Amino acid sequence: MAELQLTDIHKSFGGFEVIKGVSLEVKSGEFMVFVGPSGCGKSTLLRLIAGLEDITAGTLSFDGQVVNGLAPSKRGIAMVFQSYALYPHMTVYDNMAFGMQLAKSNPQAIKARVESAAELLQITPYLKRLPKQLSGGQRQRVAIGRAIVRDPKVFLFDEPLSNLDAALRVATRLEIAKLHHSMNNVTMIYVTHDQVEAMTLADRICVLRDGLIEQVGTPLELYESPQSIFVAGFIGSPKMNFLNGQIAAGYGAGTVGIRSEHIEIGAGEGAWTGKVIHSENLGSDSYVYVDIGTGEPVIVREDGTRKHQPDDPISIRPMQGQVHRFDAAGKPMGRH
Amino acid sequence: MATETMGTLAVPAKPIRSELFVSRTRAAMVFLVPMIIALLIVAGWPLLRTIYFSFTDASLSNINAAQFVGFKNYLTWTQLKSGRVLWGGVLADPAWWNAVWNTLRFAVVSVLLETIAGTVVALVLNAEFKGRGIVRAAILVPWAIPTIVSAKMWGWMLNDQFGIVNDLFLKLHLIDHKIAWTATADTAMYAVLAVDIWKTTPFMALLILAGLQMIPKDIYEAAQLDGVHPVKVFWRLTLPLVRPALMVAVIFRLLDAMRIFDLIYVLTPNSSATKTMSVISRENLIDFDKFAYGSAQSTLLFLIIALMTVLYIWLGRVNLEGGDR
Amino acid sequence: MAWTYTKKAAFYLLVIVIVVESVFPFYYAILTSFKSGTSLFEVNYWPTMVSWDNYAAVFQNGSFPQNLLNSVIIATLTVALALLFAVTAAYALSRVRFRGRSLLLLTILSVSMFPQIAVLAGLFEVIRTFGLFNTIWGLIFSYTIFTLPFTVWVLTTFMRDLPLEIEEAAIVDGATPWIIITRVFMPLMWPALVTTGLLAFIAAWNEFLFALTFTSSNSTRTVPVAIALLSGASQFEIPWGTIMAASVIVTVPLVVLVLIFQRKIISGLTAGGVKG
Repeated sequence: MAELQLTDIHKSFGGFEVIKGVSLEVKSGEFMVFVGPSGCGKSTLLRLIAGLEDITAGTLSFDGQVVNGLAPSKRGIAMVFQSYALYPHMTVYDNMAFGMQLAKSNPQAIKARVESAAELLQITPYLKRLPKQLSGGQRQRVAIGRAIVRDPKVFLFDEPLSNLDAALRVATRLEIAKLHHSMNNVTMIYVTHDQVEAMTLADRICVLRDGLIEQVGTPLELYESPQSIFVAGFIGSPKMNFLNGQIAAGYGAGTVGIRSEHIEIGAGEGAWTGKVIHSENLGSDSYVYVDIGTGEPVIVREDGTRKHQPDDPISIRPMQGQVHRFDAAGKPMGRH
Repeated sequence: MATETMGTLAVPAKPIRSELFVSRTRAAMVFLVPMIIALLIVAGWPLLRTIYFSFTDASLSNINAAQFVGFKNYLTWTQLKSGRVLWGGVLADPAWWNAVWNTLRFAVVSVLLETIAGTVVALVLNAEFKGRGIVRAAILVPWAIPTIVSAKMWGWMLNDQFGIVNDLFLKLHLIDHKIAWTATADTAMYAVLAVDIWKTTPFMALLILAGLQMIPKDIYEAAQLDGVHPVKVFWRLTLPLVRPALMVAVIFRLLDAMRIFDLIYVLTPNSSATKTMSVISRENLIDFDKFAYGSAQSTLLFLIIALMTVLYIWLGRVNLEGGDR
Repeated sequence: MAWTYTKKAAFYLLVIVIVVESVFPFYYAILTSFKSGTSLFEVNYWPTMVSWDNYAAVFQNGSFPQNLLNSVIIATLTVALALLFAVTAAYALSRVRFRGRSLLLLTILSVSMFPQIAVLAGLFEVIRTFGLFNTIWGLIFSYTIFTLPFTVWVLTTFMRDLPLEIEEAAIVDGATPWIIITRVFMPLMWPALVTTGLLAFIAAWNEFLFALTFTSSNSTRTVPVAIALLSGASQFEIPWGTIMAASVIVTVPLVVLVLIFQRKIISGLTAGGVKG
């Protein structure tokens, strides 16, 4: 377990600055997720923490010790790569043991650690196999096993679920969550572009955009109190509805946002009228796309029993206290 | 809800370099130094010495006693009492210019014919048909045979008395008497071209085939749906897309052809119709003991090839980056 | 319908022409090597006899077996040396970013373009000075001028294509560059090493100019030179039968090797050519 401090981290490739001044504290034992659109620098930041890239300016410390100058193997980190990066010519056992073998550890100690990690991940039957004989999900677990064997202070995950199919993704997500609990809450930093993964796994989320931090907080904080339009629109699926112009002015704001789950269908005070463009029925919920004359359709969530036809007239009302107001500069003004 | 709590550490003034990158760069240098030294000793230094010799009067028997003579080996002139000017040196030597002409003639014709033949073979190999493996194996045979052996094999086939080529041509009424292919000045170059083309077409074919195989198959299917005539498909689709690979292969072969020595030395020795720059240089260097003179010729050949190499790298747009790291 | 058949027939005719034209000279050499006596002076398209006289003559020649051995030793050692230098150099050139890398690659490429004759004079002096004239070491030494740039270039291209993340995983595991090369990359690259080694071997085996110039006695000569200089009892008699037999002896192993490693050779040749 280790506490990380990032202090004004900058990273440039040639003349191009990718990380523009990031300062962050990761608490010991917490599960921190870096999330953001492509190109925001989240993977770069992870690699800087790992030591696979040089930090251009700023300091990185683990438990108070500056680690900028240390090689990755000396930082006490372990990394799970997006493409698993298993050594193709080595057995699962050798893959997991490689790091300790290089450090000239006692073979008994190596065996003990590898076997206990394999036990934890339920890959003991595969120890003698080669990576190409395993499925994607099994390979992913071997990659995680290899990281566990290193007994790291900080666990780094670089989009580990992107190469898995949807069902496997959900199952592996659960495995990772359980892993965090069972490993005495070792510090984990996890990078993903999928905000659902972020919301479900994180103790705290760090939203990045264009090399800078937009907001850091618990999933609930980000959901209930987004500090910018960007974060409001990024967290939550489907994306928050944003309205400008007259409606926003009516709330005294430049822009207002309201989530689809916070809109009710029905007439009443403050309701907006329009017509149905399209309706998606997912069984448990429906998502109704409504045109209220503001250009972009408003998405409304409701229970999946009612049916709406295109061109049906409809009235919708935002729930009390759930309208997020933002001023002209995009800063939050409190909910209404 | 903003971002951080600043650490209690002071931000350092200079960025700290990670030991990983320092050690990797150091390792890279260590890895490269043996290779660089080897190349300097085996290529760099001898080249400089050859160029140096070209400016001296060195001879095989006393290389160390070479005296500097300036451009004498390249070009000199003396004026006779009668007013006539006598030119000397490599640049005024008709044998040299004959060699240059032979080399150019050989290079252009052989590369041209090899490219055409290579393209045909590549197109054949690109098609799917039974026995494709046999064809591919068959064309590797000429390439696998050492040049000297090819020269001897063809020398035997082209033999004026007992050669099979004369026999066949006579039977097919292509000629009316036996021809000394390798000995006659008129036909020597054809002999050399025939052997070289036979030997090198496989290489060209393989390079072009690689280029052909990089063309996505679906554009051919689209053209088929559009009903485009096969010849048009070749000219308008295949050729432009295979051009980069073709250019690389052509220029590579051209450079190679300019330096040719082995084949000519063994197949048509002492024939002024085929003597190339390499051959005449060696002749002067070793056989005639005109060491400095031969060095001058070697240097000139080097300059020509250096010029063409620059062209190769520029035209072929060689990817010089060592990778995405 | 008739047009389709004609097209197909023409295609297969072309195929046959290509195959025959490629293989015939070698076939004819084998045919000739099995002839003896006066039948050498007849032209036959098909085998008429199988006589081992010529092959016996080749080995009784005195130095031919020695020449074969020389060629094998020289080609093997020069390739081993080149591969040793090239593997580590290729790693540095393909996986480590440093200033001047492009320039270095460019220089290596241009060295492989040197006309051998341009260094002949200078090398002659170097070899004489070091007392390597007329020894196999002189040839091993001078052959590096083409084996080294070639192996470096091809291996760099192959190493470039190895996945980045495997190397990074090894770095996180604490592997030094040397460990990465020997325990992570080499096991993945050994097909490339075999191919490159084979191609360099063939080039060294074939080499003529240096072998001709830097050796002066039959016992140190290599096979290409031996074959080129094969002469008969008198000045005017060219022992074609013996020459063909020697040629076949020298070529059959090469052809067999090339056919076995066909696919790898083709990809090795084109990797250097098309990608670079």
